[in-house]
Parts: sequence; structure tokens; C-alpha cells
Amino acid sequence: MSYFSDIYNGIKTLLTGMSVTGKYFLTSRKGAITQQYPDNRDTLKMFERFRGEVVMPHDENNEHQCTGCQKCELACPNGSIEIIWDRGIDEATGKKKKFIDKHVYHLGLCTMCGLCIEACPTDAIVWAQNYENSTYDRTQLTKVLNRPGSKVKAGVED
Amino acid sequence: METTAVKSNFKSEEYFINMGPQHPATHGVLRLLLTIDGEIIKKVEPDLGYIHRSIEKMCERDSYQQIVHLTDRMDYLSSHINNEAVCLTVENALQLEIPDRVQVIRTILSELTRIASHCLWWGVMGMDVGALTTYFYGFRDREMINDIFEETCGARLTMNYNIPGGLMFDIHPNFVKRTKEFITHFKTKLPEYDTLLTGNIIFQKRTKGVGILSKEDAISFGASGPVGRASGYSCDVRKHHPYSAYDRVTFNEALKTEGDTFARYQVRIQEMWESMAIIEQLIDNIPEGEHKVATNAVIKLPKGEFYQKVETARGELGVYIISTGTKNPYRVKFRSPGFSNLSLLNHIAVGGKIGDLVASMATLDLVIPDIDR
Repeated sequence: MSYFSDIYNGIKTLLTGMSVTGKYFLTSRKGAITQQYPDNRDTLKMFERFRGEVVMPHDENNEHQCTGCQKCELACPNGSIEIIWDRGIDEATGKKKKFIDKHVYHLGLCTMCGLCIEACPTDAIVWAQNYENSTYDRTQLTKVLNRPGSKVKAGVED
Repeated sequence: METTAVKSNFKSEEYFINMGPQHPATHGVLRLLLTIDGEIIKKVEPDLGYIHRSIEKMCERDSYQQIVHLTDRMDYLSSHINNEAVCLTVENALQLEIPDRVQVIRTILSELTRIASHCLWWGVMGMDVGALTTYFYGFRDREMINDIFEETCGARLTMNYNIPGGLMFDIHPNFVKRTKEFITHFKTKLPEYDTLLTGNIIFQKRTKGVGILSKEDAISFGASGPVGRASGYSCDVRKHHPYSAYDRVTFNEALKTEGDTFARYQVRIQEMWESMAIIEQLIDNIPEGEHKVATNAVIKLPKGEFYQKVETARGELGVYIISTGTKNPYRVKFRSPGFSNLSLLNHIAVGGKIGDLVASMATLDLVIPDIDR
């Protein structure tokens, strides 16, 4: 007898569960939950704190704020940041000053921990919100963050 | 006469099969060596090390700020709680006074992490026992929490939002609103979980009386978290050794005494309700104040040994740091809940069927990177 009551209960509870799914089947609009990802690139906006990759903003005079203090390089847990620096003469004061030659960023090594950006005293590097970082060639993941010919903004000291 | 002779000669042979390392029910790269007799399991031997990254050794190389982001990669479903564990250890060693605001925010985020982890577990649990629909429902609600994390912390899974001394930055202005929205949303959705799966007779037949773990065994195997609590072993670190803001909220420890797979299931569902209760008590009055206290750029712990345990979504995570007074730890040991919970798998699976093994493994809620580290 319990054999038949088991079958009855099985079907009954199955239908109870299906009442939930059936309700969603009837009420939800098409595409209510999932995102149509490659088609919605134009409208897809990431949150402002989203950690896509590290970038160095430049202003219209091709000037950045990096003084080459190497705090980000020290803070990085896995060597994603390498700073190639040199010393030169500061035009304003005539004193010797450190400046960056290349700010090399290995996106392929980066774990997006955000410690470099926390460590930066001059806010020279920030997060960019781009999310399509895949490339066909991994050497493209090694980036030089300062643009060619750029120099440090006047008055930025660490 | 003839038939009895045949019967006495009839014997089955034990044989040996591999389950994993790429089996969907092992939830990662866990390899189980099964000795089975027909469908009856005689022995389960877990084989570990497929995703070992030597996190403990890497911690010896890193500074105390850098250790935190490695713990994201252990139990990735409760990464915020892992981060908190390391930060609490370092803060206790430095005897820092952590602002109330930080403690409350950490607690809220921890509980959100717990709900997110249990949502994913619930979806996968259903899928392991053959109900595909639960997966979509679990992930739908988890997505809302992921959005909260993405907006406030900047990442969805490996947040790295805690730093020794507080939080990396203050919460997003939308955080409170979104969390409240989620709580109201999830309060209507959690009963659906029960309708969909808990009350289902087929599901109950698969789980009730399967993989029974007694209280004594739970203690001797070092089970913690929902696995221990389903066997009647009161082991909630939040209750017995409160950290952060857990001493200023009231909540019930979800306890069951049956110790079977269904009890572990019920404990986790109950924990989601309790987590929501904790968030509700805290979300309306987050104290004003600083989001971090200043620490030295190079943190040096005093010479000695430091231990802190927290309750992750899977159980008790312990962080043990030996310091010699330099900027790097001499040794870091993580006591991960998954490792102890996996050790009792052989005990609860022997004598059952392979289907029972999958069901009981689903409620152990193993995360393999947590076991291998």
C-alpha cells in the first residue's frame, strides 16, 4: 500500500515544486534575468569600482602623475608592476630628480588585488572598468602604462 | 540441493574505480578512489593535491598586507571571511583598536558571503541529486549579492576588501539600499526553495538516513560548520568565540541531531534565515566613523604565535601565524574546514550506494581549493 502512496506523494510534491517553476514560466518576461552579453556591449556599464585593469590617466598635455616612487612595485604581491626609472635634472628647480622611463604592467600576472592603487601616494594609477582583456597573444598583456613622450605633471611630489 | 550449491558458489568481486578528478559531482579536482562491491561502497579514499598552489609557503614570502589576497583563492565562496580571518589575526597581534564601523560592515559582508555561498550550495545540491532547476534559482539570488560586492568591493568573487587595520575603502553609498532590497527579495524567495526541493518526496528519499554521522564521530573527525551542527555538535565560532560584531547581535545557532544528509541540508537553509536576521539587526545602524585605522606601511608583528578562528560558510577556519618580528611571517598555517570535513567522507559513505556518496558529498559542501590550498 505504501508503494502506491509513495507514487502519489512523489507526483504531488513534484507538482508542488512545479507550481513555482510554472509561475515563473507564465509571469517572467523574456530575458528578465540573464544578460545578452555580446549583444549588449553598448549598454553594459560596469560599476565604478570594478577592477578591470590598472591604467595611468594622462591629461591633455600628455602628463601623468607618476613620480616613480616605486611604492606600487613594492606593494604588488607577484611582480605585476615593473618600473624602469632614471634620474634627470628638474627644469624648475635645477635639482636631480627621479622620473619614470617605463611603467610596465603585466596584466597576465595581475590578481586584481588593488594593493598598488592603495599604495600610490599621488593617485597616478587607477582602475579601468574594461572587462574584455583576452588576447590571442599573451605578450600583448604586458603593457607600458605611461604614454610615449609623457612626463610627470608639474608640482606632483610624493 | 542443486540450487543451494549454486548459491554458495555465487560471490561478487570487489573492484576499484576512479571518481574524478574531473567528475562533476566532486565539485572540482578531487579524485576519489572507490572500492566497490557491485553498487555498495567498501572504501573511499580521497586523493588530494590536484590544485595545490602552496599558499602557506607563498605567505612566508609576502608581507602581511599581501597575504590577504591569497586567502581569496582558498575557499573562494567565502573569500571575504577568509580575508577577515587573516586581518583579525594581524590586528590582534598588533593590538589595534578596530572602529565599530569596520566591525559592523565586516559582519554584514560576512553574512552576505555566507548567504551567497549557501545559495550556490543549494543550487548545486539540487543538481547533484538530479534536480536541475534549483541551479538557476540559487544563482539568480546569488547574483544580487555578487552585484552588491561588485559595487562596494570592485570584484565579485575575490574581493580583497579587508586590509589589516580596516577596510580598503568605505562602503558604496548604494550599499545599504541594495542590501535591504536583497533582504526583502530573498525573504520571499527562500520559502520557494522549500517548496521546490525540501518538501519533495524524491529528494527526501535520497537524503534521509543517508550518510549518518554521530555527534561523537563529528567531534573526533574535527567536523565543523553545518556538518558538525547537523550532528548536534554545537560548534558555531560566531556563538562561542564572537569576533567582529557578532557579540552585539542575537541569532540562533542552527542545530539538528539526526546527522544525516537531510539534517545538513536543513541546517544550511536555517543558516540563511539566521544570516538574514543578523544583517537586518545591523544594516540600519552602521556606526559613523573611520573605515580604517592607520598602520605602518611595513607591518611587523611582534615575536610570537598568533591564532584566530572564524566561521566561514563551511566551518571553522583557523589562521595560525608564527612571527619572528620581521615583516614576513615565519610560518602561516590555515586550518581549513573542508579538509576535516572531507576526512569523514569514508566514514559516512561506507555501506551506502554510489548515489548516496554523491548526496552526502553534496552536503559536505566541499571546495577543493580550500582543501588543497
